[in-house]
Amino acid sequence: MSILRIGQVTAPIIGALWSFVVAVTVAIAMSFSTGAEFAPSGLGALIVGAILGMLVIYLPNRSLVAAVTLAVMILCALIGYGPIRVGENVSTIANVVGVLIFTGGFAPALVAMLPEVHQGELTRHEFEDAVIKFLTGFGYVFFTAIVVIPFYVMVMTSLKSQQALLQNPLDFSLDWEKGLGLFRSYSELFADFGFGSYLWTSFYVSVLTVFITLAFSIPGAYAVARLRFQGQKAFSRSILLIYMVPMIVLALPIYIAFSMIGLRNSILGIVMIYPVTTIPVALYMLQGYFRGLPAEVEEAGLMDGLGRLAVIWKITLPLSLPALASVSLYVFMIAWNEFLLAFMLLDDPSKFTLTRGVTMLNSSEIPRQHLMAGAVIATVPVMALFLGLERFMTKGLTAGSVKG
Amino acid sequence: MSMSSPPTGRGALAKGEARLAWSLLAPTIAIITLVVVLPLLSIFWISFKPVKLADLRPAQVVVKESLRTRGDIPQLDYRIRNSSRDNIIANAGFSDTLPDSVTLLGELPPQCQLTGRDINCDFGDLEGGFSERYRIDVSIAGDMDTAEEALEGSEPKAFGKADHILTNSKFSLENFVRVFDGDEFMNVLWVTLFYTVVGTIGALVVGLFAALLLNKSFKGQGLLRGLYLFPYVAPVIAVAFTWVTLFDPFSGSANALLIQMGVSEGAINFFGERPLALITVTVFEIWRYFPLSFLFILARMQSIDTDMYEAADMDGASPFQKFWYLSMPQLLGILSVLFLLRFIWTFNKFDDIFLLTGGNAGTRTLTVNVYEQAFAISNIGAGAAVAVVIFCCLLTFSFFFFRYISQEEGL
Repeated sequence: MSILRIGQVTAPIIGALWSFVVAVTVAIAMSFSTGAEFAPSGLGALIVGAILGMLVIYLPNRSLVAAVTLAVMILCALIGYGPIRVGENVSTIANVVGVLIFTGGFAPALVAMLPEVHQGELTRHEFEDAVIKFLTGFGYVFFTAIVVIPFYVMVMTSLKSQQALLQNPLDFSLDWEKGLGLFRSYSELFADFGFGSYLWTSFYVSVLTVFITLAFSIPGAYAVARLRFQGQKAFSRSILLIYMVPMIVLALPIYIAFSMIGLRNSILGIVMIYPVTTIPVALYMLQGYFRGLPAEVEEAGLMDGLGRLAVIWKITLPLSLPALASVSLYVFMIAWNEFLLAFMLLDDPSKFTLTRGVTMLNSSEIPRQHLMAGAVIATVPVMALFLGLERFMTKGLTAGSVKG
Repeated sequence: MSMSSPPTGRGALAKGEARLAWSLLAPTIAIITLVVVLPLLSIFWISFKPVKLADLRPAQVVVKESLRTRGDIPQLDYRIRNSSRDNIIANAGFSDTLPDSVTLLGELPPQCQLTGRDINCDFGDLEGGFSERYRIDVSIAGDMDTAEEALEGSEPKAFGKADHILTNSKFSLENFVRVFDGDEFMNVLWVTLFYTVVGTIGALVVGLFAALLLNKSFKGQGLLRGLYLFPYVAPVIAVAFTWVTLFDPFSGSANALLIQMGVSEGAINFFGERPLALITVTVFEIWRYFPLSFLFILARMQSIDTDMYEAADMDGASPFQKFWYLSMPQLLGILSVLFLLRFIWTFNKFDDIFLLTGGNAGTRTLTVNVYEQAFAISNIGAGAAVAVVIFCCLLTFSFFFFRYISQEEGL
């Protein structure tokens, strides 16, 4: 019997930890959105959280928790000590917003975390339930934060000026008066750095890669999945093996060969080499799907006098359109995001792909917001595709195994 | 016309099917041989060659011709040189035609002969780094400028035969000696191992946690799932540069935040200090690839039968017991597959570290070392030797992969 499993201990501990999590979150969120001086006070957060946690199990009506929390937070703000430490020059409005967000994030969640926690000894079930609910709450906050913060910083940095960021790296608030001037980095990238042409190059290279990949992998995958021939097993294994060869190992001889035959620094070379990196993936994904299709439909086609190729064209392919969409999206994503080969093989700025173009911006002479604007330009199309076609994409990702 | 006996062995139909299969596979096999198998073989070849980046151009005889006046006498200048510092050019020489306005007065060098207006020179073998200048007094009809123009109008034709370093029969173990030499290699191995093991396990554990969070249906579950995949779907250059910006020691928001919160006194150079840089790149790796483990584990979780949990509930199992005794055994299969695959791919990873630190501050893994040797130090042979090391490691991994995972996934 652990002392932790007594209501009067469990509730304050969870309250204290949760208060700390919320305090850190609010401080980061407020700092990042206003640039004002918000910081969590570890001890303050733990004390206030523990008191409120204890209150939850003693209050007859739990809906009162929010009101009490609000009262405590206002008190804390007035005496100047509490979960959140605020700098001297922070405006009253920001202060009030901070208090409200804290209350809104803290109280309802705390009540939800401790539904069955009461005074006295808890059963193992009640105790673990509370712990899991706390971990879940923490998990949501944690994951959302680690995913959102980098992307938020990326977008916001691209809209700020270098001096403003050097002055206060935390101040991501936008100067709305600038209007369209906010997008200066973007217009400069398109006007002076040729990003329009990089976008176009990336786009058509990716689309070509998708088509070439499909042209090679559909027949191959069908053969591996449906036709009987000697060496079938060995072949499907070697596909996987190829899938595991590191790109840098191939990139070196390809660089040498391309230098010698003059394909380096040409889009043709890139279009020749990209599909090879994606064909094994596509082959692997497609053969899995073809195997899952009912063979009877194809056999019926064969019986009716269609040849194999006609069966593939008229029966198998229409049936596997969803899989083809997944594969195409996945291949498009790989080609769009590809960096190493473009970096090694392209030197001439007029032939850059988008990823290669963004690498060029990583220099001390070019302001940071240009680099971030380039990153945004590279990210937005994949993200749009991803969000629009998430169903196919997720399927593609799982089927495409774990190519990274 | 009909066959009366049943067919034996492989019938025409089976043969036809196999033929069709191979013809469908032929394009793929051809292109993969060309771009994967050949380069892999050539890596082995190159790794035994003492070849530098500059050696990719074969050694050439370079001849420059010019007309100068020294004192009052016009002189014809020939400068002949071997473009390579180390390689011999066999049967080297050049031929040139003198314009009508130039007449030779002085002696030609002994290697040269004059027939009519044609000069033929044969220098035999040119040593590496050979560079010599020959001056011959001439007389000029007409003025200097037109003579010069006429002279430079006819370029001397140089010839000579040089081995290309990649195709000659010179081999050495120098590259391997250089790669394995010293503490550096051990350091690279250790960094690779740390990055791979911690990165893989970290991504699995974090992914498992994320999957547990989302393994229940609630409003906005799809939205969160999409959001959590962002780090993986975004281009690596975008997220890597964002991290570099975020953790910049001078203008990075992360440092400003830490200082404001009182966690650290001064700016921390996350990507520039040993051993912090290695930890940061590993955290980046975990951050970028947890979505993938999360996606797989979630898919597996959702296919687990819920009856089992109901039965466990009836028996009074606590949530942790249910997770540990019911979910975990069901997830072990996918976890081990993910571990091996991610291990291999993390081991192969190049872009991330290259973009984040460029392999500096103690973050040089084997793959970054290939680039470093081949392009930064311009020693292609040494880079190839590192690539061979990587390839051997890879073979070991794939042995394990097929040994243990094939049954698991039915591959």
